[in-house]
Amino acid sequence: MQIELKRIHKHFGKVHANKDINLLIPSGAIQGILGENGAGKSTLMKILSGFIQADSGSEIILDGKRITIDSPADAIRFGIGMLHQDPLDFPPMRLVDNFLLGLPGGLLLNHKKAMQDFAALAREFGFALDPESYVDTLTVGERQQLEIMRLLFLGARVLILDEPTTGISAAQKEKLFATLKKLSAQSITVIFVSHKLEDVENLCGRAAVLRGGELVGELQAPYETLKFVELMFGKVVTLGEKQSLAQEALTLSLNNVALEDARIKIKHVNLDVRAGEVIGLAGMEGSGQDLFMRACAGLARTVGGRIQFKGQNLTGKSYHTFKRHGVNFLPAARLEEALVPGLNLMEHFILAEHPSGIFIDQPAGEKLAAERIQSFNIRGGPLSNIESLSGGNQQRAELALLQTPLDLILLEHPTRGLDIESVIYIWGKLKERCQQGASIIFISSDLDEILQYSDRILVFFAGQVSNPIEASQTSVEQLGQLIGGKGWADA
Amino acid sequence: MLKARLKNLAFQLAALILAFGAVSIILISAGASPWEAYKNMFLGSFGSVRKFAEVLVAFVPLLLVTAGLLVTFSAGLWNIGVEGQVVMGAIVTTWVYRLFLESGWNPALIIVLAILGGMVGGAIWAALTGLLKTFGGVNEIFGGLGMNFVATAWTIYLIFGPWKRPGVASMSGTEPFPDEFSLPLLANLRLSPWALALGLIAIVIIYFLLQGTYFGLRLKAVGKNFRAAYLLGIPTWRYSLYSFLICGALAGAAGAVQVAAVYHRLLPSISSGYGYLGLMVAMLINYQAIWAVPVALLFAALNIGSIQLPIVMKLDSSLSGVLQGALVLFVLLMEGARQKLIKRAS
Repeated sequence: MQIELKRIHKHFGKVHANKDINLLIPSGAIQGILGENGAGKSTLMKILSGFIQADSGSEIILDGKRITIDSPADAIRFGIGMLHQDPLDFPPMRLVDNFLLGLPGGLLLNHKKAMQDFAALAREFGFALDPESYVDTLTVGERQQLEIMRLLFLGARVLILDEPTTGISAAQKEKLFATLKKLSAQSITVIFVSHKLEDVENLCGRAAVLRGGELVGELQAPYETLKFVELMFGKVVTLGEKQSLAQEALTLSLNNVALEDARIKIKHVNLDVRAGEVIGLAGMEGSGQDLFMRACAGLARTVGGRIQFKGQNLTGKSYHTFKRHGVNFLPAARLEEALVPGLNLMEHFILAEHPSGIFIDQPAGEKLAAERIQSFNIRGGPLSNIESLSGGNQQRAELALLQTPLDLILLEHPTRGLDIESVIYIWGKLKERCQQGASIIFISSDLDEILQYSDRILVFFAGQVSNPIEASQTSVEQLGQLIGGKGWADA
Repeated sequence: MLKARLKNLAFQLAALILAFGAVSIILISAGASPWEAYKNMFLGSFGSVRKFAEVLVAFVPLLLVTAGLLVTFSAGLWNIGVEGQVVMGAIVTTWVYRLFLESGWNPALIIVLAILGGMVGGAIWAALTGLLKTFGGVNEIFGGLGMNFVATAWTIYLIFGPWKRPGVASMSGTEPFPDEFSLPLLANLRLSPWALALGLIAIVIIYFLLQGTYFGLRLKAVGKNFRAAYLLGIPTWRYSLYSFLICGALAGAAGAVQVAAVYHRLLPSISSGYGYLGLMVAMLINYQAIWAVPVALLFAALNIGSIQLPIVMKLDSSLSGVLQGALVLFVLLMEGARQKLIKRAS
């Protein structure tokens, strides 16, 4: 299916999110859409998939016919399906039920036929999904597979994928790319939205770059990486020198720690973390690294062993005790776990300061908020509600909430979904903390990020934990193998 | 800013018109004149000093309950158990009275003790629901509902059992206390200025508690996102319990006023349903303390005004309940419509 976008404009209040975008995507192409956060990629894709409507005058032309898309259901009727960054599925339901959802018409469900279709599609793409199992047992990668199958089953001829490679393992990414290439060969048009250059370079035959709501360039494979970066940022960005800030003193030491939750058992973890050191945790989602991190914060119970923090035994203590000793935990789910929707920035900063006294000191709060907003470069005012900020600004706000002094920062996916500039900024702030003697332990599914910023790395695989690996002596390839469960004999 | 506020007002006015419109249709289909009914209700509540005093008598417990519920709602808790907390307040107040009736102490002291006792009783009853939630994993809606039944059953047991009138027990309650144990009333009226002052002071304190204190801010954080509040270092379960205690104490005060200023004894329906009615007021004002006084007054007026209806028009007095329910539903509906419109506009 050929898609033509003509003069697409979209205003949100005063913000001009899409400015006169013209783009032709031929049938069966794998089209990359690149751009940093806030470049207008998501807006454009939401317009195409019916979640929002473009300003009048904008035109969407499908195989030569001009169409209007009023809702996602409309879009899928025209054959346009979108795979969201967070899969829109129903975790407590069975796969086959999810598969049937959104099927138009009919009161009665034809389960038998659905099972057959499910099996046929799964076989075609080599997905190992059990239709009788429940969605909440799946990894993010598997949920994507389910969602792709569902959209194809609903008759999608255009597949839009929004940042599909965040949160999935290298092996799952390979499989996803193979699937997308297969779809393209069947003349299904694939639109691949990403801020990761490498993914676009590996997958897409053509790419369009957005910046500040405008289409700033179109490129064809083979690409020149530098050209891409320049188009995305309007200038050349470099990552900076890797440097270790580790000192001699110990902050955290784990002695033979054992952990357990409903899904996973972890045994015999030994780790000494030095002040200023950065430890990266790699592994497929759900391999135990999240449990491990929560245990380091007192948010998950240990079933054996000792957790010592700066010489004090904190085994079995609550997060608030850890926090008082200088441990802060920043979860990945910002609006669900880290921030309070409905409260503004100033109220967050006040809460994080743990003020004594009874009555709120409004002027002091405003001053505090203005300082933090400035020093963390947050786009928003003291009275902006936290949920009205963009993802990158929420992430900076989270960092601004870290207490001082601090000895250990635990971060889950600190830069997930953020563009390179934000990533560099956030790590700059974190490294400042390391300079002051704080240690960092972080989870990331981006192996390049782990290699770039960690001193040592722990790899998790199905509850197994590797010995600490020196980041300077390993590579993406070796880590990828370990994550996939290979080469554990000598790790 | 002003434009947005005017728009909000327009939506609320529309809700008001729709609610009265819907109830009018019900009245017309029942063969009654809506105009007559509304006129009678208005005259029944504001027609004379005596009637307005009755409105204020209903207003005080309603305001106390609403003030309490603002706290639990801010903490994200649905304290359905507020009805039982009113009842417990009344029970404990009656118990304290009975304890000191023969003591020969100054009646004023006994009245104060009885009301404080009622507040403690309500608070303990609320704390039980809170403990069930934090340590037993029982949702406060189910826990509260259960506790309501227990509290009501307990009043009946006391009235027909240990506290029955000399001679024969009856639905008209326990033996009334002597006049000197009543909160001082205005001449020839059932209204106590002390009770009115208690209600108004309570709502003012709650307003400042929620708007201007660190306690209120933490409570709101707990209510809006329990997980994040915990990670920000707030002892979340303790704040949940505090909110239950405050709400229970205020509901208990409402029950105490019912005994000490209005009925002077324990009745089977001592709460007059003000707990549930307070939930409606709290929902209607969207948890903003500033609106508690006018809306609670309106609801009290509807309750009292409708007493006229069976006498004058042969309509059931539950019409006030229909009107109150319709108001809440339409205000919530218009709020939903407004949100949708805002979303579309942006």
